[in-house]
Amino acid sequence: MEKLEPAKDRLLKSKKNWLDGEIRGNILVIMCAVIMISATISITIFLGTKGLQSFIKNGVSLIEFITSTHWNPTNQAKPEYGALPFIFGSFAVTFLSAIVAAPLGIGGAIFMTEIAPSWGRKILQPVIELLVGIPSVVYGFIGLTVLVPFIREHVGGLGFSLLSGTIVLSIMILPTVTTIATDAMSSLPKNLREGSYALGATRWQTIRKVLIPAALPTLLTAIVLGMARAFGEALAVQMVIGNVRDLPTSLLDASATLTTIITLNMGHTTYGSIENNTLWSMGLILLIMSFAFILLIRYLSSRRKM
Amino acid sequence: MNSKTADRIATGVFITIAIIIISILVGLFSYILVNGLKHVSLDFLTTPSSNVRAGGGIRDQLFNSFYILFITMLIALPLGIGGGIYMAEYAKPGKITDIIRSCIEVLASLPSIVIGMFGLLMFVNLTGWGYTILGGALALTVFNLPVIVRVSEDAIRAVPRDLKEASLALGITKWHTIKTVLLPSAFPSILTGAILAAGRVFGEAAALLFTAGLSTPRLDYANWNPFSPQSPLNIFRPAETLAVHIWSVNTQGLIPDVEEVSNGSAAVLVLSVLVFNLLARWIGSMIHKKVTASK
Repeated sequence: MEKLEPAKDRLLKSKKNWLDGEIRGNILVIMCAVIMISATISITIFLGTKGLQSFIKNGVSLIEFITSTHWNPTNQAKPEYGALPFIFGSFAVTFLSAIVAAPLGIGGAIFMTEIAPSWGRKILQPVIELLVGIPSVVYGFIGLTVLVPFIREHVGGLGFSLLSGTIVLSIMILPTVTTIATDAMSSLPKNLREGSYALGATRWQTIRKVLIPAALPTLLTAIVLGMARAFGEALAVQMVIGNVRDLPTSLLDASATLTTIITLNMGHTTYGSIENNTLWSMGLILLIMSFAFILLIRYLSSRRKM
Repeated sequence: MNSKTADRIATGVFITIAIIIISILVGLFSYILVNGLKHVSLDFLTTPSSNVRAGGGIRDQLFNSFYILFITMLIALPLGIGGGIYMAEYAKPGKITDIIRSCIEVLASLPSIVIGMFGLLMFVNLTGWGYTILGGALALTVFNLPVIVRVSEDAIRAVPRDLKEASLALGITKWHTIKTVLLPSAFPSILTGAILAAGRVFGEAAALLFTAGLSTPRLDYANWNPFSPQSPLNIFRPAETLAVHIWSVNTQGLIPDVEEVSNGSAAVLVLSVLVFNLLARWIGSMIHKKVTASK
């Protein structure tokens, strides 16, 4: 501490231009806030206009785009722009991975808060933090070299499948779900637990009948946030899902999602062509979905306050 | 079923879940490190990558990753801390603050590929720069900003009220109080948060595919002129980062030693992120000790 100069000197040092500094500081931070707003607005506007171009300028039918299963933009005679397989793929991997990750994540959270609050948390917390730290391409790469051959040899199919995508995504969203679920469980008032135990309920009865219902809105928020992450994840899924343009009929079929088609084709389609514009429309769907997830989370948290 | 038995079964299930989660992590890490560290050598880290032949290294990719991270932080930190100060000290509860908060929320929840597409539109096509480091760094700034804003807002709010009020009571103006009292005491938490965010940026690939590109020009590390196209310091050159490299060799690479290169790169990537995390904890606790004078 002795290295610091006394507080009085420190505070009074730059005495001149206080007024200037005051206004300058004000302008500075307001500028930062304005930049954030304008970034959000410009993303929405730019992607919005660009994403609508395929419908307005190129005359692709919106109905065909979201309901047709035929995706064949390179066919010279009769190009088809049905993105339903990709939209379906996106929703399928999102829901499936949420179904896998939700019980694991919430179970992990309950383990940390209810079963073994002291040592369990000390072990599981860093584990979760390390899982967050693994970059998504690394997940994809391990999926590609371990999971895909494993499924090909032991389960069936090509290995590149909806199933591989689901497994990779569930591991990726597991930390998100667990972290928020843990916060939800540990922020519950202590007397809920004690009241229930005092009535003679077992730990499982307390968890099932008291704690989970009380934390439900936040637990759902945790799952929705996980789903939002799964919906937007691109590279990891792209490496394991197979990227075919047909609607998958089983878990072992190769499939594609909006993000994987964008990643694959954005690089080698001409900027401004119809095919390229339809990719931007898919990007717009991703943007709209991320707004939808936010609204859903807002709705859930407004229920929590009541 | 007896409720005691049900309780025991449930406890067993929860312990199993915890074991599953831990074994996933242990499995992932041991796979990455055991397979990857075999291929990591000084040679691997210092030879340039090859597009067709085996035996390429990751020198340029590694440099690009750190360089883009540096530029991103250079832009994102002042902006994010400024935003955090605004949210913590200047924003009055009301419509505008709500809008800004929603904006942060939207930015934070945007998929990184969407940010990459925005970057492609804005920093690649509209500006006419093509694939550049600066474009990549700006896209990553968008991706990173909400995290830093949130971290700095929380850090500034966590500074004890007494400190701020004592300073204001001494007649110090608000901005000066922020500069000399609030920011220094919020600094450790901001730094920790920023390093954690840096780990995220370091591993990010989707936002960089269309902004910083999939290639690196031949670099001459003796050339320090930031305007020369061969210089590694030039921010207007395309740059493939390590994370993007793993993706591109796996999906469109022609080299025969894809596995070796990606195993090695994955190990380097994960180790770097690990180092970022440990560094964040270490610096956080060290500064905490120094500031609070508790030993």
